[in-house]
Amino acid sequence: MLRWLVWRDLMLAWRRRADMLSTVFFFVIVVSLFPLGIGPETQLLRTIAPGVVWVAALLASMLSLGRMFANDYHDGTLEQLLLTPQPLFLVVLGKTLAHWIVAEVPLVLIAPLVGVQFDLSGETLRILFVSLLLGTPVLSLIGSVGAALTLGLRGGGVLISILVLPLYIPALIFGAGAVEASIMGTTPTPHIYLLGAFAIVSLLFSPWAAAAALRISLE
Amino acid sequence: MAASERSRRTAREDIADSRYNSAGGRIDILEVSKLGCVRGDRRLFSGLDLSVSPGTYIQLTGPNGSGKTSLLRILCGLLAPAEGEIKWNGGNIRSLGEEYVADVTYLGHRHGVKEELSALENLRITNALNGVEISKERALAVLKEMGLAGRESLPARLLSEGQRRRVGLARLLVCNTKLWLLDEVLTSLDKGAVALVRSLIENHLSGGGIAIVATHQELELSAGHTKRLELTT
Repeated sequence: MLRWLVWRDLMLAWRRRADMLSTVFFFVIVVSLFPLGIGPETQLLRTIAPGVVWVAALLASMLSLGRMFANDYHDGTLEQLLLTPQPLFLVVLGKTLAHWIVAEVPLVLIAPLVGVQFDLSGETLRILFVSLLLGTPVLSLIGSVGAALTLGLRGGGVLISILVLPLYIPALIFGAGAVEASIMGTTPTPHIYLLGAFAIVSLLFSPWAAAAALRISLE
Repeated sequence: MAASERSRRTAREDIADSRYNSAGGRIDILEVSKLGCVRGDRRLFSGLDLSVSPGTYIQLTGPNGSGKTSLLRILCGLLAPAEGEIKWNGGNIRSLGEEYVADVTYLGHRHGVKEELSALENLRITNALNGVEISKERALAVLKEMGLAGRESLPARLLSEGQRRRVGLARLLVCNTKLWLLDEVLTSLDKGAVALVRSLIENHLSGGGIAIVATHQELELSAGHTKRLELTT
């Protein structure tokens, strides 16, 4: 069942490629604006790089979160999903996984490329990639709760940012911290472990919270 | 395929019959007691009692805003009732959970059809998500029966309103659920499609199923027994 749901969402995303591409372009442009604005001061660029890339990733995922359930809500397929004979948290988990693949994985893949603009070393770019790979599932998981809570509300886009961005702070701190540690020449491992722990915790709680929120939103 | 279809139906009839006889009378498998619904600060209905036995068609009527949609959404479990309870085969639907959902097909007044996907993909995916995986050939045959031959691979957004409705209704041909809850599904359907829905419901009823349909159109079914439930404001 989960396989069909993920496949369905991936196919829908493919048919609406423009949505997916706009998220990636947003990320690339936001990250590129900083080196262009600051100029070729490599020391400063290296210092701000972890924060800039991570914050840009958080903001880019804000763009796609609103669509996570909204399209299905409007054409009535979401209520059909609620009425399929399996636990709702599995449905939410499937949609979250699809969201991660569609909206976050492209960012993870392109991040080392845009990171080059900040004069980062190969090793640091690798850590940036790993930290985003571990951190972006957190963005999708926690984001699913926000998306479910704001479903069908007017001005949901702003509300979702206000709800979700504060919850992203631990991921931001550990993710950017890992990259920073690598720039400083110390070991990024503790940050990576903490980020992984945070990802597991959000995997345990988010699907249930989002499922409960969906039930309320659809009443 | 047609033969297996028929044999399945008779099998279901037998089950329904045994259900009639074993308790020395007809068992009501859907029981609604003292159901009340409040939306916002308005009470739509209260004290609604209903017991439905297999093979029953219930036509749900009432003026706009009288709570037809809310009643159907309560019956399928999307909406929690303000008071009262619903029992399916003797168990409360809230505690039955997925077991109950597996017996129900609900079609809302929104089609539940993805515009980006073709009719074929819509049908196969919706059924797979409901645990009924069907082959491509079977899906094509079903769509042909629904009068969508030649349009199976078009994205649903290119179909007309009525055709999209037909895509949604195609599920009824495939699902093997006992309780159908249909909300205004006859709107924007032509005469042929209405006749098709009528025969679908007749088959469903003679197989021991239950259909609760919110509609103002008289269907005049030749199978099962028809009840009317009118909600007032």
